Amino acid sequence: MSIDKKDVLHVADLARLALTDSEIDIYTSQLQRILGYVEKLSELDTTGVEPTTYTVPLKTAFREDEAKESLSREDALWNAPEEDRGCFKVPQIIE
Amino acid sequence: MDLTTLTIKELSEKLRKKETSSVEATKAYLKRIDETEGKVHAFITVTPDDALQMAEAADKRIAAGQAAPLTGIPIALKDIFCTKGVRTTCSSKILENFVPPYDATVARKLKEAGAVILGKNNMDEFAMGSSTENSAFHKTLNPWALDRVPGGSSGGSAAAVAAGECAASMGTDTGGSIRQPASCCGVVGLKPTYGRVSRFGMIAFASSLDQAGPLTRSVEDAAIVLQAIAGHDKSDSTSIDTPVPDYLAGIGKGVKGLKVGIPKEYFIEGMDPDVESAIRKALDVLKGLGAELVEVTLPHTQYAVAVYYLVATAEASSNLARYDGVKYGLRVNQTGGLLDMYKRTRDAGFGDEVKRRIMLGTYSLSAGYYDAYYKKAAEVRTLIKNDFDEAFKACDIIATPTAPSAAFRIGERVEDPLTMYLSDIFTISCNLAGIPGISVPCGFTKDNLPVGLQLLGKSLDEETVIRAAYSYEQAGGWLGRRPSL
Repeated sequence: MSIDKKDVLHVADLARLALTDSEIDIYTSQLQRILGYVEKLSELDTTGVEPTTYTVPLKTAFREDEAKESLSREDALWNAPEEDRGCFKVPQIIE
Repeated sequence: MDLTTLTIKELSEKLRKKETSSVEATKAYLKRIDETEGKVHAFITVTPDDALQMAEAADKRIAAGQAAPLTGIPIALKDIFCTKGVRTTCSSKILENFVPPYDATVARKLKEAGAVILGKNNMDEFAMGSSTENSAFHKTLNPWALDRVPGGSSGGSAAAVAAGECAASMGTDTGGSIRQPASCCGVVGLKPTYGRVSRFGMIAFASSLDQAGPLTRSVEDAAIVLQAIAGHDKSDSTSIDTPVPDYLAGIGKGVKGLKVGIPKEYFIEGMDPDVESAIRKALDVLKGLGAELVEVTLPHTQYAVAVYYLVATAEASSNLARYDGVKYGLRVNQTGGLLDMYKRTRDAGFGDEVKRRIMLGTYSLSAGYYDAYYKKAAEVRTLIKNDFDEAFKACDIIATPTAPSAAFRIGERVEDPLTMYLSDIFTISCNLAGIPGISVPCGFTKDNLPVGLQLLGKSLDEETVIRAAYSYEQAGGWLGRRPSL
């Protein structure tokens, strides 16, 4: 499988990246090379092999439902790029 | 007496005997930072006032007879650990002004142990890199050769410990990011078993691989730090809920009869001959101490880099989706609407390598490619893990070089991401399998660049890793070397 400029534009859109034209050209050729390299995995027959996503057994960690102090509103908003009346402010979404 | 040359163990004893104070040690380190930072550039943020306050508190604690092994010891943290009230950047423009409202569990535990935090170390942006050249702020230079990289991604931590700017530093290791810089800078770097140390408050790169661990001047120091940070954490559901053993109890028991596996796949063509010869000598030392060397095979080693760059980038593309300019971090808003703000923020805030990895990860997870890339990689990851399970039937520990070459020159691999990725060829499998590993100094190349011996252990068997590394270190003759700066 190879990746072309159209794919790179599509992936950039999925990844929410506004790439410049020169970035698109660079990434197209670099990703082609990297994907060419990882292609070697297809040499291996993995029929019947279970995938490993975590090396520790994952189980749902239950805990008691206790009321505890959480981050204060002031702390939560401390790093906000823009805030308004105690809320995070974003550009207008609904016309 | 230069306090900045001591190990944690030595300084701790002096503090207890009241031969010096934490304030005095902290001032000595701050002075050393002043003298050497202009050459090494290992820190992003130094916090002298906070450090001196912590030192005063530590001295009171010592006077009250309540000292823990780390009480009063000046250390640093990779700038990936959230520190309450202290800027935490992950070496990224997108977090340039981020001041966390809470501490990472690792930072909290170190503070509770009474450690003095001097500041935050430089790194590759979001821990993506093997040279610390991907920091958005500045490059860190190798204290042994200022025209060379310190390795990465915990390159600031490794360089700071090597330069005597802190007694120890905390790093993180996703594909070798503690061990490879430790090897490049001639210090000890320990990556614990995945889940042994909490990841809470440690900025995520690849969540199934990331693990925190210490960079120190000695193996014993690494054990002391691990003792303070290991253990289950309710705030990290992947942290392992089994008791933490005493890592120092058996450290001096030696390696007589220990079976050391030598994987033939790790002695490859193209390895720097100086590195190979240092490793062969180190293996002879282990043999001389009574260890039994056995050949083992890890047949899927050649696929590890490919698996890693699919798994790690897939996880990264998902983890880094949170940087959207809404709740914290950079925002670039030219009022083209919300979607436009996301895209401009991320394009301006992330560096080239981070974008490249987000792109690769997004691609391999996208419709139509998931089975061929991510799923295939996760299956081969199982084969790599099985290789280790099989090899550990025949040995107690595995010995390899930490990296195929010593520290390379600044700029040498920047243009070629794939060559840079291959710097991690010997360290990556350990993360994919989730097992513990250490890099311990084992000599120098002809150009006087440090070489590291890597020892890999069974899952949760840090004790054997530490014991074997300590035995080697005591006999190897490289302990206490320091670059002249």
